Amino acid sequence: MAQTVFAPWDDPQAKPLIQFKNVTKRFGDFTAIENLTQDIYEREFFALLGPSGCGKTTLMRMLAGFENTSEGQILIAGQDMANVPPNKRAVNMMFQSYALFPHLSIWENIAFGLKREGKPKDQIAARVDEMLRLTRLEKFAMRKPHQISGGQRQRVALARSLAKAPKLLLLDEPLGALDKKLRQDTQFELMDIQEKTGTTFVIVTHDQEEAMTVSSRVAVMDEGQIIQVATPAQIYEAPNSVYVADFIGDVNIIDGVATPEGDAYHIAWAEGQAPFTAKTATRFSEGQRCYLAIRPEKVGISADRPADMANAVQGQIIDIAYLGNISTYHVKLANGQMMKAQTANTRRLSRRSFTWEDRVWLSWTDTAAVVLEN
Amino acid sequence: MRRFSWFNATSLTLGFAFLYLPMIILIIYSFNASRLVTVWAGFSTQWYGTLLQNQSFLDAAWVTVKVAIASSTIATVLGTMGAYVLVRGGRFMGRTVFSGMIYAPLVMPEVITGLSLLLLFIGIGLDRGIFTIVLAHTTFSMCFVSVVVSSRLVSFDKSLEEAALDLGCSAFDAFRLVTLPIIAPAVISGWLLAFTLSLDDLVIASFTAGPSATTLPIRIFSAVRLGVSPEINALSTIMIAIVTIGVITASILTKRSSLAKQNDEQAAARTS
Ligand SMILES: Nc1ncnc2c1ncn2[C@@H]1O[C@H](COP(=O)(O)OP(=O)(O)O)[C@@H](O)[C@H]1O
Ligand SMILES: [Mg+2]
Repeated sequence: MAQTVFAPWDDPQAKPLIQFKNVTKRFGDFTAIENLTQDIYEREFFALLGPSGCGKTTLMRMLAGFENTSEGQILIAGQDMANVPPNKRAVNMMFQSYALFPHLSIWENIAFGLKREGKPKDQIAARVDEMLRLTRLEKFAMRKPHQISGGQRQRVALARSLAKAPKLLLLDEPLGALDKKLRQDTQFELMDIQEKTGTTFVIVTHDQEEAMTVSSRVAVMDEGQIIQVATPAQIYEAPNSVYVADFIGDVNIIDGVATPEGDAYHIAWAEGQAPFTAKTATRFSEGQRCYLAIRPEKVGISADRPADMANAVQGQIIDIAYLGNISTYHVKLANGQMMKAQTANTRRLSRRSFTWEDRVWLSWTDTAAVVLEN
Repeated sequence: MRRFSWFNATSLTLGFAFLYLPMIILIIYSFNASRLVTVWAGFSTQWYGTLLQNQSFLDAAWVTVKVAIASSTIATVLGTMGAYVLVRGGRFMGRTVFSGMIYAPLVMPEVITGLSLLLLFIGIGLDRGIFTIVLAHTTFSMCFVSVVVSSRLVSFDKSLEEAALDLGCSAFDAFRLVTLPIIAPAVISGWLLAFTLSLDDLVIASFTAGPSATTLPIRIFSAVRLGVSPEINALSTIMIAIVTIGVITASILTKRSSLAKQNDEQAAARTS
């Protein structure tokens, strides 16, 4: 394969653009960020994902220079940022609240940062027009922020933060107010911009689909700490904890006890039931508590017991969620545990094979599930 | 529909009567042809004419205007700076003391403010005149400005300033280019408030005025002690007119701009 994979985090020679070194941030007694260490590389599209209040905005504000660290260091391009004020950083931020200047027109809002640089007038005008075109706001250039809609305001905020072509762009929930179609367009626009400009993006989002679509790596946060950093595919396929598995996408979690069995593990999950079999790289000792995490789309559903599957278990359909392209079956196992199984709806609805109350077999391979310690 | 009960009607009438009856009587008598204030002798505008020829009134009026403009301008600058530090400064040594002290003159009896300023001016050997009145008025009106401006700053979205910093502004530029234009209406009302306070202050001015400079309220007060003349009524009527026009213009302007903004926002929401 000629194309090289973009993965500077695997390259020990690569120099990170951003380095968090044991960063702690406290507000009074409250610890918002706790001893966080993380590198982010040039040209990355780094997504921060996590529940509300876990410290995503605080992390961004420390990068932009609005908050000091309580402990630890933040380096950008190798330089300690401790005493560098926001206006001296080659970093721009798009605010969660947009923070458009209400007394200036859209045009002037976008030109604001360029004017501060003291660029010649015609260059500023050309750049602002380019940004207006990019965000499809040409028609609104002369309006004031209160004269446009929420989605348009969001695009102005984006255009304004892009105008100075910063080395590092921080986007705090940039696409929240856009409808789905425009959001997807803008996501591709962002990726396109990144491709063209080589800007490094750090993006906060609570939309995991968005994080999966745009980012080179995803960091899942909880209570001021990063729980896992990995590519979208790794995060989805190989979460390192129940928390991450549960946070990203839909997942079935089965609580059990592991017993080594050849190159796999037998996992006892309910009395009087055959144990499940799973292969994993993680080492478990005899009788250790573990959690089996299986994505619903990896669980097959059938009327008869499939012969060649490592795991099969019987249950009863309690509920069916029809989502158009896929259906999710909620199946109750013998011990009362609920499991979800997903199938693609390749047939028309009238010819669907299962219905409520049906007894069915759920099955998955020995590599479909991830075995987690916590 | 809200019903307009007799109770409402009575309260309204009483309220307005208390507020405006004295002024209406004053205005009516300013057009009295008679020199006797309490006897109506037909309509005339002669007192407005004599007023314009009374040099001591005109001098006092001129002093008053100069003092009001100077003191309210200085008070606005200082008061705005004070408000900004109090609201935005974060925690610093003596913040609580400072914020308490800036509001103290609001509740301090004017006599005490006036007296203490008089003692200060005598103590440092400052000759009393127009300059000392300006200083005194600045002192007491500055805290009113700072109250008005800080109430606006409290509701001011701090991320606007951060956005300005983020886009390359120094702290001062962020204030000048973003904060100040947005809080300008509050600063202007602060200025107007300081201006009117200075315009009609009698107590503090009489402590701090010297023989070389007399303000209009002092002049009127000493004239009235020799008997109310129709000239004073005329003068007061002019002052009422000026203040009324000012207040009405200000309220129409604010009302109109907030209406326009509302309409714009509704229009924007429809065409999203
Ligand atoms: N200036 C502040 N003072 C006190 N607490 C703060 C401040 N800023 C943020 N916090 C707290 O820090 C935590 C993380 O906030 P934030 O970074 O905004 O979370 P989010 O991940 O939702 O963006 C929250 O619990 C919040 O209440
Ligand atoms: Mg946030």
